[in-house]
Amino acid sequence: MSGTSNFQSNSKVVNWIEHRLPILSFLDSQLHQYPTPRNLNYFWNFGSLAGIVLVIMIVSGITLAMHYAANTEIAFTSVERIMRDVNAGWLIRYIHMNGASMFFIVVYIHIFRGLYFGSYKAPREILWMIGIFILLAMMATAFMGYVLPWGQMSFWGATVITNLFSAIPLVGESITTWLWGGFSVDNPTLNRFFSLHYLLPFMIAGVVVLHVWALHVVGQNNPAGVEVKDVKRDTVPFTPYATIKDGSAMIFFLIFFAWFIFFVPNYLGHADNYIDANPLVTPAHIVPEWYFLPFYAILRAIPSKLGGVIAMFGSIAILAFLPWLDTSKVRSASFRPVYKVLFWAFVLVCIGLGYLGAKPAEGGYVTASRLLTFFYFAFFAILPFLGWFEKTKPVPASIADAVLAKNGGSAAAMAGAAAHSKS
Amino acid sequence: MNVKSKISLSIVSVALAAAIGFAAPAQAAGDQKKPPRQSWSFAGAFGHYDRAQIQRGFQVYREVCQACHSLKRVAFRNLHEKGGPEFTEGQVKALAEQYEIPDINDSGEAVKRKGKPSDKFPLIYANDEAAKAAQGSIPPDLSVIAKARSYERGFPLFLLDAVPGFSYQEHGADYIVALLTGYTKADDPNWNEYFPGHKIGMAKPLNNDQVEYTDGSPKTVEQYAKDVAAFLMWAAEPKLEERKKTGFNAMVFLFIFAGLMFFTKKKVWADQPH
Repeated sequence: MSGTSNFQSNSKVVNWIEHRLPILSFLDSQLHQYPTPRNLNYFWNFGSLAGIVLVIMIVSGITLAMHYAANTEIAFTSVERIMRDVNAGWLIRYIHMNGASMFFIVVYIHIFRGLYFGSYKAPREILWMIGIFILLAMMATAFMGYVLPWGQMSFWGATVITNLFSAIPLVGESITTWLWGGFSVDNPTLNRFFSLHYLLPFMIAGVVVLHVWALHVVGQNNPAGVEVKDVKRDTVPFTPYATIKDGSAMIFFLIFFAWFIFFVPNYLGHADNYIDANPLVTPAHIVPEWYFLPFYAILRAIPSKLGGVIAMFGSIAILAFLPWLDTSKVRSASFRPVYKVLFWAFVLVCIGLGYLGAKPAEGGYVTASRLLTFFYFAFFAILPFLGWFEKTKPVPASIADAVLAKNGGSAAAMAGAAAHSKS
Repeated sequence: MNVKSKISLSIVSVALAAAIGFAAPAQAAGDQKKPPRQSWSFAGAFGHYDRAQIQRGFQVYREVCQACHSLKRVAFRNLHEKGGPEFTEGQVKALAEQYEIPDINDSGEAVKRKGKPSDKFPLIYANDEAAKAAQGSIPPDLSVIAKARSYERGFPLFLLDAVPGFSYQEHGADYIVALLTGYTKADDPNWNEYFPGHKIGMAKPLNNDQVEYTDGSPKTVEQYAKDVAAFLMWAAEPKLEERKKTGFNAMVFLFIFAGLMFFTKKKVWADQPH
């Protein structure tokens, strides 16, 4: 996809810089001329949205860190001070608090889009795996961030999750003590979580650079799931086409985000986290944030502690192997009638697991969680065989053909538009 | 989607519903009576506090709740600030002076001095142990209680709570009203209809005609409960009015911006089949 830049300049200054660091031609090729498939739908905007949320989280987070105190004695008070006395502190905190949820909403849609349109298939395996790594890093960051306000859910959530490591045979107990920096979740734990919570987003930003690099090497997948064959007919330049579309999507998304910040800021949180952490009082139900609920349900569905931990981490790790689990030659679910059903069933299973993760682990909820955990992994077990027997529909010959079929336009119009876009 | 895949998807949905259906009896068994919805002036996108109501609520707090419950994150000056009860500066100064604040004097001795508007409400008990010794259980601080209490809305109502036009963030205030009016067994002052487990450490705190209102509002337990819940909502969320006003402006800006972006996008893409 690269190498399409015909960057030239008459400016002496520009050429002086170019000769020493070809950054301007690099930007021109990647952000201006970079060819993007012309048939992308709005689901392809969630990658850039995720990038925007990451920036919003880093900026609001750095500002919060100027006022927050990572000490068990005063952490809760320092957050309340931000809410009451810091100028616009309530706004910064509600942005950051709801931003975490927004990040997961955007990234989950981004991932499901990749699943539906087969974006993980060759040659995008590394791109996909880097993405799964980003998801894991986000989860670690979000978990440690939730501990910082040092409310009841912070403390007990941290206790439950760090205790999972004690399930590891032989060294589990030592690892847990090492994570805590003591013999229970306490001040050293809070301190290191704050340190790591500040560090990880910058590492995520670094891995995002790799993710975008890998993307710009292989190019974007598209709803038709066929590779770009003719840059002129199949693609449009990144600027202005993708920039204005990403820009629009960003503003639509900010409306959604702002609704939560300003009008229902505590909807996605848990009331118990407005109670100071108290190691002597266990909340009636310890529930993680909504974005962890499906995985929490899987954890509790398995009767053995170690088994639950393996199933939970396995449910995320297995995503990284999708490029090899899915044996179908056809990428897009639009042309895979059976996979399409399987995909939507998988979405429903994930939502169902999310619902069950919020419920107490008792009675019918456990049975239901086990059933859905089975379905969750069944999706990945069925995929390798599906490629053999699924009768796929005919795939369009090219992206341009797919667009023409959709619009019913003429090939001449397409050629004319393509010529226009290169001018 | 063709008919066949629609049928398959329906089968999957039914199976899923059945799986979740297992769960229903468990939910019914542990069911807690849900607090009734109150109508609040501070609810909704244009919500704001009713000054007279939170002033009365403060009076209830001061004359009743304060006997046991602290309000340690709220400063006297907050009572004067915009978006709150908005007592006058003089009223707040006079009020603060009625409180004794622990301090250290110039010779390093622990003393008690008169409160100033910049002080926070002092603790009632020096520590949790003292509170427990005196009361049998620890009366929680009330500064953020209206956000720290909630109740299960259940499916599908909890989904509706986030939807514009139906948004619901007042679970805590509704719970407080329900709790304060939930002492329904005359022979047991520690039995509460809405408290989880029904046995509550706090004996029935409010009775009719207990607090002298000067503005003619009814002197009933229901009225006291509503007023003090509104006051506690303000104590927990003192920037609520500022937040909703800023939010309205932000929304107007974003909707105009979104419209401009949308049509610019359409114009840019007009010559490109996509």
